[in-house]
Amino acid sequence: MSILIDEKMRVVIQGITGREGTVRSKLMKEYGTNVVAGVTPGRRGEVVHGIPVYDTVEEANEREGPLDVSVIFIPAALVKEAALEAIAAGVKLLVIIPDRVPLFDVLEIAKIAKEKGARFVGPNTLGLISPGKAVLGMIGGRVESARDWFKPGMVGVTSRSGGITSAISYYLGRAGVGQSTIIHVGGDAVIGTSHPDVVQLFEEDEDTKAVVMFGEIGTSQEEGVANLMEKGEFTKPLIAFIGGAAAKSGTRFSHAGAIIEGGRGTHGEKVRRLREVGAHVVEDFNEIPKVTMDVLNNL
Amino acid sequence: MAKLYEYQGKGLLQKGGISIPKGGIAKTKEEAKKIAEEIGGPVFVKAQAWVTGRTEAGGVKCARNPTETEKGAEEILGMDIKGFAVREVLVEEKLDIDREFYIGMIIDDIARRPTLIFSPVGGTGIEKIARKHPKQVVTFPIDITTGLRSYEARNILRKGEIRGDLQRGLSDLLVKFYRVSRKYEARSAEINPLVLTKQGGIVAADSHIVIDDYAVFRHPELGIEIAREFDRPATPLEKVAYQVEAKDHRGTFYFFQMEGEFEARSGYVGFHGAGGGGSMMSMDALLSQGFKMANYCDTSGNPSASKVYRAAKIILSQRNIDGYFASGSGVASQEQFHSARGLVKAFREATLSIPAVIRIGGNSEELAMEILHDHTKDLPGTVEAYGRDTSAVFCARRLQELVEHWDYGRKGSPKEIRGKPKPSSYHFQTLTGTLYVRQEECEICTDKPCVSSCTAGILKFDGGKPILSITPEEAKRGRCTECLACELACEFHGNKAILIDLPIPGLKEAMRMRA
Repeated sequence: MSILIDEKMRVVIQGITGREGTVRSKLMKEYGTNVVAGVTPGRRGEVVHGIPVYDTVEEANEREGPLDVSVIFIPAALVKEAALEAIAAGVKLLVIIPDRVPLFDVLEIAKIAKEKGARFVGPNTLGLISPGKAVLGMIGGRVESARDWFKPGMVGVTSRSGGITSAISYYLGRAGVGQSTIIHVGGDAVIGTSHPDVVQLFEEDEDTKAVVMFGEIGTSQEEGVANLMEKGEFTKPLIAFIGGAAAKSGTRFSHAGAIIEGGRGTHGEKVRRLREVGAHVVEDFNEIPKVTMDVLNNL
Repeated sequence: MAKLYEYQGKGLLQKGGISIPKGGIAKTKEEAKKIAEEIGGPVFVKAQAWVTGRTEAGGVKCARNPTETEKGAEEILGMDIKGFAVREVLVEEKLDIDREFYIGMIIDDIARRPTLIFSPVGGTGIEKIARKHPKQVVTFPIDITTGLRSYEARNILRKGEIRGDLQRGLSDLLVKFYRVSRKYEARSAEINPLVLTKQGGIVAADSHIVIDDYAVFRHPELGIEIAREFDRPATPLEKVAYQVEAKDHRGTFYFFQMEGEFEARSGYVGFHGAGGGGSMMSMDALLSQGFKMANYCDTSGNPSASKVYRAAKIILSQRNIDGYFASGSGVASQEQFHSARGLVKAFREATLSIPAVIRIGGNSEELAMEILHDHTKDLPGTVEAYGRDTSAVFCARRLQELVEHWDYGRKGSPKEIRGKPKPSSYHFQTLTGTLYVRQEECEICTDKPCVSSCTAGILKFDGGKPILSITPEEAKRGRCTECLACELACEFHGNKAILIDLPIPGLKEAMRMRA
């Protein structure tokens, strides 16, 4: 099993004829993702790596649907329209790759997605991969690397940094630890699917035995995971690393953040909360594979 | 997060129908005095800086008359508040305060909604008040599609025990405040204190507004120079870097100077990260070896070779760095030879004379390492490249060893790279530069590696000389990806005839200003 994506789900790529869309559609298709259609306005009739292109998501859905997933490679300023188009066409999972999507656009997508029962990953995400099954986005870059770097197994990986998502998974694999699903939740302050959402999905996935999480300073995602552990809603072993210990903390400009967040968001507070509820927080990034192996051996 | 000065924020509030104190902005003490004369009464002279705690730092002064205003302005202008050099003061009428409130708007990352905050007690120390009396602070999640309704505002105020005429006045203000925040896409906004004057007016006495970096492009009217989270105005070099980022959408480039001036051999390193998480860990690795960072830089998200080249040139323009350290996550999804070629071109043009350690793991890392090693051997500096199986800590240690034994007196320049192209040479424009071919050199070139190295397939031979196989317009639109492969191939296997000129506007001036 895996979460969010497998080899059967039907995938559409919005922006398939663009610079990234073209290259990454090749990766996805060759890896085994069930990419059934692409969308670029005005380009109906074209074919990219064997994938038929349509003018709208609705049209792609009529011809090649039902569509389960849309992967969006559209310039940031146009992402909102693209995402709302996919949601309106009935797509239930969106993967929003671009970075620099305006915050209020993300909030609008979140509102509509919630109303329509859709979920989105990102923005500013490298994507996700269920090793041996399917990849969404650009993780791995090309098919040979994706096959070589990521091996199927029973550890779920969730990370706030794109490069680190691949790095953790590769180093785990090198130590003989495979993965169920690897997900880069996205680097922005507001994202559609955060660490707490992901660990809840891993909780439901019987093939995932443990989760490795790469957290960072800022936002309250890691604290959210700790809260779930405390409430017994996430019960699997969690191995965590929090980046940004040495980062210079910025001078606070306004009080609003402090009023709402209290002490949340700092490196120390995240580590303390996670340890308090029994997570294995490692200080040295390179220890992740070893600690994970120890945890798995003690199951 | 692009921060607005107090006076800019107040200007937006005023446009949105919210009252602000009478006043004006001054760059000199004379201007300040003149504004005080116009106001005619006691005023505040307030340092304009993107920091909190201005009052405690002496950046806000009360003046009873124009003479005192002049004196106050003289003291504040040029002041350094938490590293921020004050260049402007806001001279404002002193309000007759009856009561102070706090209102704020922030984006709640868990609820994924804007949240309005109201406190019936405002002023300095609001954070402490909020902690001590959390029930006094009312928060309300706003529906992004409908905005804040008047009845919602009244309910917020009711919960803060605000009744009667004051409730009506404040609810009107809350609605206007949220509209301003939404219109300009504030990531956070606050008025503190919001003042009820003895005359019964409601006036925004201070404001902090931070615009969402990613939305700055939709608000040219704000005149924001750099849409980045800075606690101080950008340095000349940062401005140069930001223009590079703004003009090339391929990948991202972030550059931040951590130290302006430093002595040679004092442990400062030019840092070139790739990806947020990987950069942060690489930075930790550097610091753990006792290095200091001259700058923080991150090129990621599949940047073009030309963008990486410009980033490297900007990093290398910092005087007196002891070494160059590039390191990302170690397992990058992007093809790493682009970054390798960008680095090599920069190292060659700057005649690298210091040690450089490049951790360039990821796709095509073998080729990337080969490019870095093979094309820098003739430089006085040294370049060591590593792949995904080498840790950031190891690489930082390696740089430490190289720096420790490096002879910084070593001088020398690489052999003549290539002759300067004449403007009359064959050339065409690329997305951000110009490619020149001194075709007279091609006649005696036997290997002709240029066309075969062009993976975009936009070059062809015409009588043994490379020319475009597409229209110049197509090349300029981005069909030439500026991958730099033809230039390096020509330099090492051809007759040094190709030059891709990738200007960095303002770099020379920025370097001169510093010198």
